[in-house]
Amino acid sequence: MLELKNISFHVTEGNSQVDIIQDLSLTVDNKKFVVITGPNGSGKSTLAKIIAGIEQPTSGRIYLDGEDITDKSITERARLGISFAFQQPVRFRGLQVIDLLRLAAGKKISHIKACDYLSEVGLCANDYVNREVNSSLSGGELKRIEIATILARKTSLSIFDEPEAGIDLWSFQNLIRIFEKMREEIEESSIIIISHQERILQIADEIVVLADGRVQEHGPGQEILPKIMDTEVSMPMCRKFQ
Amino acid sequence: MLKMDEIQRRLLLEVADLHDVPQGAYNLRANGKSVGRSSSANIEITSKEDGSGIDIRIKPGTKNESVHIPVVMSESGLKETVYNDFYIGEGADVVIVAGCGIDNCGKQDSEHDGVHRFFVGENAKVKYVEKHYGAGDGTGQRILNPVTEVTMEKGSSMEMEMVQIKGVDSTSRTTRANLKADASLIVRERLMTHGTQYAYSEYEVNLDGDNASADVVSRGVAKDKSYQKLDLRIVGNAACHGHTECDSIIMDEGRILAVPSLEANNVDAMLVHEAAIGKIAGDQLIKLMTLGLTEKEAEEQIVNGFLK
Repeated sequence: MLELKNISFHVTEGNSQVDIIQDLSLTVDNKKFVVITGPNGSGKSTLAKIIAGIEQPTSGRIYLDGEDITDKSITERARLGISFAFQQPVRFRGLQVIDLLRLAAGKKISHIKACDYLSEVGLCANDYVNREVNSSLSGGELKRIEIATILARKTSLSIFDEPEAGIDLWSFQNLIRIFEKMREEIEESSIIIISHQERILQIADEIVVLADGRVQEHGPGQEILPKIMDTEVSMPMCRKFQ
Repeated sequence: MLKMDEIQRRLLLEVADLHDVPQGAYNLRANGKSVGRSSSANIEITSKEDGSGIDIRIKPGTKNESVHIPVVMSESGLKETVYNDFYIGEGADVVIVAGCGIDNCGKQDSEHDGVHRFFVGENAKVKYVEKHYGAGDGTGQRILNPVTEVTMEKGSSMEMEMVQIKGVDSTSRTTRANLKADASLIVRERLMTHGTQYAYSEYEVNLDGDNASADVVSRGVAKDKSYQKLDLRIVGNAACHGHTECDSIIMDEGRILAVPSLEANNVDAMLVHEAAIGKIAGDQLIKLMTLGLTEKEAEEQIVNGFLK
């Protein structure tokens, strides 16, 4: 279980202070598939980074399964069971897909096991396992490899920052299937997805709507979704691509 | 079984991936003398008359054979220059593994300067692997100054893997190649320097025949206060293709000077160069830290991957 208590995050621009997150409190229970949504600039990605330890909150505390992790580093949080999928996956010259999957798994997994993770995200494993994670891979391919690293980690909390960002419509359709499968197979773990996409919002147990760095709404998916349909928050794929 | 001490065996493993006598033809040099040699039916290794080195003659048409000529030095204060000439017959297809490991526990400098000349016959194919490695905690320097000269006949091809990852205090590497028509040369160099090491690597590739091609890529990592100078030059004298690339990571107070250069002396020469130097990207470190690695472990993985 993840608990955020009175989290604020400010940055200084010139002489003025900008409030990105303001006194935000939120609990994500185990076995929940939670989608955090909200207009651009509402603080969603910052919040995801604060949970993973990439950004430090200005004030407030973060608890994972009752343990205060506010002052813990990215590495410590990762080892305690937090996974984070980047909105823009990172490229590495020289590192191969299998290297990344082995680092994610924390052990020397076999080729076959690595291929299983790649197949789960819809990649033809043999074509990818020895590829370098460099600019020869497309945005959609990188996104799926990024998700495969999260699957390989098997942690209690997985956070995905806008998995739909930067990929084409066809890749997106495949991604939806991956998340639907994750939703079906959720056990003791929990999943947080930052997203605007209606198809992802539709499979959420809970939806959190952020606005101006605050929780505007938080409740069961079927309750919140009708309220935000056809607003800037929820964006059907076809509208986004018009 | 060769007569070698433990240090020499470790060096042999580092530079040639060998635990003992290799298969096929070989010449093993330890502390200034040949300590083991074997020729095969198709590959003959002989000492030069003046004792300055060896000649390796590979018969035309020799296929799927290898030659190992590693050098190990474990005595402090040893300085030597060795001349090795390789004559690769027409249509041969061989792997040549060279390399030098120095362990210097003493106060005096140890230096090995290997001058390798390759005469690659028409349509012959060569894969050349050269690894350099230094170890030992003495104050004496470990110095390696290899010179590689390649003459490539029509239709021949050569792939060179040049690796110097650890422990060499000072190196000046010079590689020159002249390619006739339809010949192709691929070079993959990996250099890592640390401490106060100095590495200078210079390439000059002359593409003299039509349809000759060269692809010279150097990847370097300069850590601590080390310095690297990379001078990669391709000269196009015919209708040819040439590409050169220096790709480097700097860390700590490391410094790198990359000087890729091209000279086109024929209107149909197509030459390209690329060079990039930068530190490890912050998001690369963060990504690996979110997988549970410490910053230092993440750095090591990124450098290892880059130099792989």
